[in-house]
Amino acid sequence: MPILIQEFGFSDRPMNAFLEVRNLSVSFPTDDGLVQATNDVSFSVELGQTLAIVGESGSGKSVSNLAIMGLHNPKSTNISGQAIFNLETGPIDVLAAPEETVRKMRGKTMSMIFQDPMSSLHPFYSIGNQISEAWLLYNDAGKKEAKARAIEMLDLVGIPGASRRVDDFPHQFSGGMRQRAMIAMALINNPKLLIADEPTTALDVTVQAQIMELIKNMQKEFNMAVILITHDLGIVAEVADDINVMYAGRLVEAGGVDDVFYNSDHPYTRGLLASIPRVDSFHGGRLSTIPGQPPSLIHLPSGCSFSPRCAFADHVAGNKCQTTMPELTAKAPKHLARCHLSASEIESAVKKGVGA
Amino acid sequence: MATPILKVVGLKKYFLSSGGFTGRNKQTIKAVDGVDFEIYPGETVGLVGESGCGKTTVGRTILKLYEPTEGNIIFEGQDIAHATKDEIYEIRSKMQMIFQDPYASLNPRHTVGEIIGSPLSIHTKMTKDEIKKEVQSLLAKVGLNPEHINRFPHEFSGGQRQRIGIARAIALRPKLIVADEPVSALDVSIQAQVVNLLDDLQDEFGLAYLFVAHDLSVVQHISDRVIVMYLGKIMEVAKTESLFKEPRHPYTKALLSAVPIPDPKLERNRERITLQGDLPSPASPPSGCVFNTRCWKAKDICRTTAPELLTVGSSTVACHFPE
Repeated sequence: MPILIQEFGFSDRPMNAFLEVRNLSVSFPTDDGLVQATNDVSFSVELGQTLAIVGESGSGKSVSNLAIMGLHNPKSTNISGQAIFNLETGPIDVLAAPEETVRKMRGKTMSMIFQDPMSSLHPFYSIGNQISEAWLLYNDAGKKEAKARAIEMLDLVGIPGASRRVDDFPHQFSGGMRQRAMIAMALINNPKLLIADEPTTALDVTVQAQIMELIKNMQKEFNMAVILITHDLGIVAEVADDINVMYAGRLVEAGGVDDVFYNSDHPYTRGLLASIPRVDSFHGGRLSTIPGQPPSLIHLPSGCSFSPRCAFADHVAGNKCQTTMPELTAKAPKHLARCHLSASEIESAVKKGVGA
Repeated sequence: MATPILKVVGLKKYFLSSGGFTGRNKQTIKAVDGVDFEIYPGETVGLVGESGCGKTTVGRTILKLYEPTEGNIIFEGQDIAHATKDEIYEIRSKMQMIFQDPYASLNPRHTVGEIIGSPLSIHTKMTKDEIKKEVQSLLAKVGLNPEHINRFPHEFSGGQRQRIGIARAIALRPKLIVADEPVSALDVSIQAQVVNLLDDLQDEFGLAYLFVAHDLSVVQHISDRVIVMYLGKIMEVAKTESLFKEPRHPYTKALLSAVPIPDPKLERNRERITLQGDLPSPASPPSGCVFNTRCWKAKDICRTTAPELLTVGSSTVACHFPE
């Protein structure tokens, strides 16, 4: 059953969020069968807000965002659903729009930065060259002007001596500086949406802190919507306004950052939060774990995809978890979870020692 | 106090860079520049620092995968720093390694049985049948199905592969395992499983671990003591609890404050020390204290004199102005 944005629990929000994704499904036919990478995912993002998408590898978090950017190969991918950008000029559904329209939006309306800044920069062209190329796509100007704009942008993202470093090649930059250069390139046309796919996973914690701060500052400066794809719940706690938790291609929980962290309504989210050690609390004992491993996207378990690993599955009457996929339902205002148990049922199970 | 199983004294490892295209710009990279520490039996020592600080090189040098430039590596009372190949052969069975990338560290053409069995067939006189039995019991120990002995690495997930690497490392019942970022390539829910496994194996076999990692929250969970490295040198050594509660070195403090905590309310009110700039090149480290270029407490003495590792409270710190 399709879930409409209005039913999504966010009804007190303005009707037209900047980006509305509705029933997005992405699948890849392979020799072994159909890989259902993203299944019926709906969410929305507002300008100036940060939505974090959390999940393990293979949960569909990157795949859904590559679809929004129009970066899947249409020949080997089945995409259905809508991804509507509500622009001043009117709404555009990038999944239905002609390729030419989407191409013109890339960089200008939406932009993306990737995990590995080395492989997303071209090693043969100078940093300045690559950044000004992005700007020249949308601006009818000379090379000199473009270079000046690139220097300005490099300066803005905190590259010291930008006018000197603009002619450097990617290999002359450190990992953190490359990611800054990527951000400069992504933001040079003032996009309204920045999708950051694991932007700091390849970086050290000290550099990670710098980059996250930079993204936050840039968001304020340009009033952008940011979609942050990550598996690091620490970063999510730091920057997110809303969180989508994905598991095996589906949204399993969605809500405000505090709701999801302090009152998580899905056993997977609870397990995830319990399994990460924290630097601010020392207990030394065993870490709590989620048993087993994520399922294959070709042969999903019947019923709820998480049920084989779920500590609460035995507490649902009549093997419902093994037979019926739960709907994404509102457990509290603005807080959705895909679980047969209600928030209070989970609470009382926890009191009995389940999932501890 | 017990005798350390491993004592490292003044360890240095310099690499000579190739000098680029023309070969003219040869530089000495001081990856590890005078490091002293010891590891006691059954202890887990965490080794942390940013990439390029030399932590992996330390791990590899004490296993003699790299020839040390200078210094002593005393393993069970014997200095192996300049030991011959034959001498190392003996010692290898007592020191093993777990690698970061479970995809690259297992031979894709070998079955799990061959991978885990190869240290046994090299170092022991066990028969084929005995080896097979032992491999099956090892598989069970690391939480894999013993019936999967004839499968190939590609049939396993990342977490399972890491378990295979661990089974291989413990096959000879070593005394010390160098684990180089053993969980950083794994998903969050799988990380906890592998960390617990390492914990259990330590209890069972009395293993000592040198746990090299950049993820401070995992290091804090698993380690008894932690060594913080920066640019080839040790900045601070302390018991885990005191290091995380009362970091003495400004670098340790900055490193800890950069780690995000999965707690939104706490994060909102947290004061963060953001270090400026990047790690300087280990080819030309700053004079004096190597951290002085990024340190907010640096004074003139820091630029001229390298601080000694001295005991401050419950920590050992190399800083002129410890907290």
